[in-house]
Amino acid sequence: MDSFSLRIQIISIIVSVALLIFAVRLIVKGKLRAEYAIFWIAVTTCLVLFSFWRDGLQFFSDLFGVYDAPNLVFLVALFGVFVYLLHFSIVISLLKEKNKNMAQDLALMKQKLEMLDKEFGKSENYGKK
Amino acid sequence: MKKLAVVIPAYNEEASIAGVVNDVLTSAANEFVSIVPVVVDDGSHDATSAKAAETSCVLLKLPCNLGIGGAVQTGFRYAFENDFDYALQLDGDGQHPASEICKFFDYLHHHPHTDVVIGSRYIVKTGFQSSAMRRMGINMIKLIIRLLTRLSITDATSGFRLLNRKALAIVSNNYPDEYPEPESIIIYHKHNLIIAEIPVSMKSRQGGKSSIRDFASLYYMIKVSLAIFFTFLGNKKSI
Repeated sequence: MDSFSLRIQIISIIVSVALLIFAVRLIVKGKLRAEYAIFWIAVTTCLVLFSFWRDGLQFFSDLFGVYDAPNLVFLVALFGVFVYLLHFSIVISLLKEKNKNMAQDLALMKQKLEMLDKEFGKSENYGKK
Repeated sequence: MKKLAVVIPAYNEEASIAGVVNDVLTSAANEFVSIVPVVVDDGSHDATSAKAAETSCVLLKLPCNLGIGGAVQTGFRYAFENDFDYALQLDGDGQHPASEICKFFDYLHHHPHTDVVIGSRYIVKTGFQSSAMRRMGINMIKLIIRLLTRLSITDATSGFRLLNRKALAIVSNNYPDEYPEPESIIIYHKHNLIIAEIPVSMKSRQGGKSSIRDFASLYYMIKVSLAIFFTFLGNKKSI
C-alpha cells in the first residue's frame, strides 16, 4: 500500500516539476505573456507543493468538509478550468472585435490610397520632384 | 442631389458581381440620387475583386474574411465617412434587383422622416419566395422581434435595406457580426429610429452560396434568438 502511494508521489513530483520548468521556459523565451505566466506559475507551484506535502490534501479536505480527498482535487481543478475557459472566451471575443476594426480600417485606407494614387500619379513618383 | 452608396457585400461572387454593379449603375433611381456602388470584397478566394475593379465602383478589399456583418459595416463606414446621405445594402449574389431601388426612394419621398427602410419579400408575395423551413424560421424571428419591440417586421432577415445618415452613424459604430439583419433591427429600435417596410420582389441567387446555409438548423435559430435577446438587454451605449 505504502509503496503504491510513494510511487504515485514520485510520478506526480516529476510531472509537476517538469510542468513548472516548461512554463518558466515558455515565459523566458517570450512565448507566454506575463499576464498568463502568473496563472501558470501559480498552478504548477500548487501541483509541486501538494506532490511533496502529502497530508496537505487531507488537511484541506477536512477543512472544507469534503469526505474523499481526491474529490476536492477534481472540484477545484474543474472549477478553475471552467473559469479560465470563460476568461479565454472573453479574450478571444475582444481580439476578434479588434481584428475586425483593423481589417475594416485597412480596407478603407487602401481604397483611399489607391484613389490618391490615381489623382496624384503613382506612389513611386512621390518625392522625385 | 443627394448621394447614395449602394453597399454590395461579396464573398466569392465572381460570377455575378460585375452584372450586379452594372445593374446598379444603370438603375432608374439615378434620376433621384447620385448612386455610387461600393463593393466590399470579404476576403474572396476567387476573382471577385478583379471583376469588380473592371466596373466603375468603389472597391473595398478586406484583408481577411469578416463575415457578412463585418463586410456590410465596412461599406456603411465608407458611406458615413465620405458624407453620403444614404446607404443601401444590396447583396452581391444578384438576389436584390437594382430595379427595386426606386421603390425605397419613392417611399422616402412620401415618408421623409423614416430612418431605415427594409425591403420585404412577404408583404406582397411576388418574385422569389424561399423554402417552407426558411419561412418558418423567419416567422419565429418575426414573433420574437414583435414581442420585444412591438414592431411588425415581415422580413427580418432581408438584407435589402436603406439607411439614412442617422442610422449610418449608429451602424458605423456598432453592427452585429454573423447574422446581422434581425439583430440590427433591435439596435435601430433601441436608438429610436423610425423603421418601415416596403414590398419588393427578389430573385433567386445567380451564383455563390447563401450566408445562411444552415437556416433550417436549430443551431441558427437558437443563436439568432439569443443574439436578438441579448442585444435587447444590452444598454444603448454598449450596443
